[in-house]
Amino acid sequence: MQISIAKNQRRLLIILLSVPLLLLTLGIYHGLLQTLYRSGMLSQRTFAALDFYQGLTLHGVINAVVLTTFFAVAFGHACMTYYLNMPVNRLLAWLSGGVMLVGTLLAAGAMLSGTSSVLYTFYPPLKAHPAFYLGAALLIVGSWIAYFDWIGMYRRWKRTHAEVKTPLPVLATLVNFTIWFFCTLAVAYEVLVLLLPWSLGWVEAINIPLARTLFWFFGHALVYFWLLPVYIMYYSMLPSLAGGKLYSDNAGRLVFLLFLIFSIPVGVHHQFGEPSISKGMKLSQAIMTFGVAVPSFITAFTIAASLEYSVWRKNPQRRRLFSWLFQLPFFDKDRYLFAYLIAGLILFIFGGFTGLVNASYSLNNVVHNTAWIPGHFHMTVAGPVFLGILGMSLHLLEQVTGRRTRRRRIATVVPWLWLIGLLTFSTGLMVSGLKGAPRRTNMGLSYLNPESPLFRTDWVLWETIGVIGGCIMFAAAGLYFLVLVDLLLCKKTKEAGLSFPAYAVLHDEPRAALLDNFRPWLAVMFFTLIIAYVPVFRDIQNYTGPGAKPYAPESNQPLELTK
Amino acid sequence: MRSMDQHEIKIMGWTGMLLAVFLTATLLGVSRYATDVPDCVPYDAAFLEPKVTRLDSNLYQVNLLAQMWNFEPSEIYLPVGAEVDFYLTSKDVVHGFHIANKNLNMMAVPGGVNKMTVKFDQPGVYEMICHEYCGSGHQHMRGEVIVNYPVK
Repeated sequence: MQISIAKNQRRLLIILLSVPLLLLTLGIYHGLLQTLYRSGMLSQRTFAALDFYQGLTLHGVINAVVLTTFFAVAFGHACMTYYLNMPVNRLLAWLSGGVMLVGTLLAAGAMLSGTSSVLYTFYPPLKAHPAFYLGAALLIVGSWIAYFDWIGMYRRWKRTHAEVKTPLPVLATLVNFTIWFFCTLAVAYEVLVLLLPWSLGWVEAINIPLARTLFWFFGHALVYFWLLPVYIMYYSMLPSLAGGKLYSDNAGRLVFLLFLIFSIPVGVHHQFGEPSISKGMKLSQAIMTFGVAVPSFITAFTIAASLEYSVWRKNPQRRRLFSWLFQLPFFDKDRYLFAYLIAGLILFIFGGFTGLVNASYSLNNVVHNTAWIPGHFHMTVAGPVFLGILGMSLHLLEQVTGRRTRRRRIATVVPWLWLIGLLTFSTGLMVSGLKGAPRRTNMGLSYLNPESPLFRTDWVLWETIGVIGGCIMFAAAGLYFLVLVDLLLCKKTKEAGLSFPAYAVLHDEPRAALLDNFRPWLAVMFFTLIIAYVPVFRDIQNYTGPGAKPYAPESNQPLELTK
Repeated sequence: MRSMDQHEIKIMGWTGMLLAVFLTATLLGVSRYATDVPDCVPYDAAFLEPKVTRLDSNLYQVNLLAQMWNFEPSEIYLPVGAEVDFYLTSKDVVHGFHIANKNLNMMAVPGGVNKMTVKFDQPGVYEMICHEYCGSGHQHMRGEVIVNYPVK
């Protein structure tokens, strides 16, 4: 079913989808270059006027923050409009988009000027340009404005639909942005209260363990903010794309509501190696991190069951345990979205299990900050998340421009080529990480430079495999942009509007009040957050010494501040 | 819960059990092989002074200082069988400290002091690598633990 949406909203969607895709060309370019630097094929600080660490900052900020946030807002607008059949508030939606855009431009300017090479985690006391911090804050605040509008829409809809199940994608969108709102409060505090005055020279020193803990309060919930829009696609679109139905509707609801509880109070598992947080807190959040694996295991079952059903439905004979796996429409060019989603799901199997390794308390000592970590998270954020964003962006752009891409075969090849490249890339990085190779390091200057006394022959093979994977991924991304440019050039063939693959459910259980009400889940979420984080902040208070002055990446002396 | 398919309920039980197995394995590893995460120590400016102290016949204390862009001390000589308490902090920005085949893996954070204990049973040169981006010299920040003579 296609619904029509106002022209101004279509325009807004086009802007929200295409701005980050445009920036992505830069992010992906430097993704490829990093593999070359790391492997020693480039043995220099800068290439084509872009420094390694400056490019790494751009790669992280654009790919993991700008693209994902813009997409989550655009997809949120689309889901709220489509499933509630209500327009978003024109003023608020444009205001939200405008603030995000200004923030992005400020941060991009700061990074391109070379004054903010602090990577996307911007750990102090390395100091970025104030515009970098301000830009990041505006990007976040802009996304809040869209969320506030959606809350109003949901309330208005609920008034006339009190006893009707909230559509799953609406519930999930609101869950996702509720997580986002509360976790970004912490990073907004870090940026606006700690970093910005300090970067302007108004405050001399800041508490570094506190800033890091505030960052990771946000940082792990961030990965679910990336992931949940794609989970919405898995639940509400993937089953019908395969020709089947979602196995259980209430299981889906439970999954999203569990994320509401478990997404934030797990951030300390990124800080197992840090001082100022006691072992007890590290262990308790390790256990909580196992809790956040539960909804993903349920998802694995529900989606697999839905796909299995889709095959038996068409072909009820010859039911063997795994034979359905080979009868899915993996390469159907008329359903290219299926290919993007399933390829992402396959990558996520590996991404999920390597994530459990990282979360496993002292096992983290083996992998922390080695190349294993980017090997792992590329199989999540550059796996299901990125492929979901690419597939859905193409689908939405087709809808809102009233065009139909002519390069459907190429569009279908992209996710599979990406999958091959990414598995190669991640294998290379993870093995070299297990052999001790660090992440975030221009190793072409030292460890992988044959002329350096630091040369490590045992890392060469695996970093080279990383390059091969990187080249394949780069080629896949190139093909995707080819499809996009071709879409721009082709003629309008149908009425512009909005439509998604139908949401159909096999076990459409009756409405369970508990699974259609935010209040009890929010109460548990606040309770868990307090239990998990109050003792951590107390530890930081008890164990931390004096604050730190700002440093520039180029000098081992603190920056002289002009008062 | 009658409002959900029975298989879904079952899979939640299986998930719980699988995660319990993972968790038990982790905790067994901690207790049996004495692999633990770093301990945090109340901050004391004395840890900013790098030194190697012999506490007992084979017990050593190393105050390791991370700074842009080296470790102090950058070469640590130890006898085979030395058991070492590493205390780590940073003079300037955040650094990492990793000895791969010893699973010695800590963050050096200004304002915080980290502690980890490790035993060097085998002679060899153990490379210490900074694995957190710490500025333009990061890729050269490293040091060595040299374990090369028997205990007297």
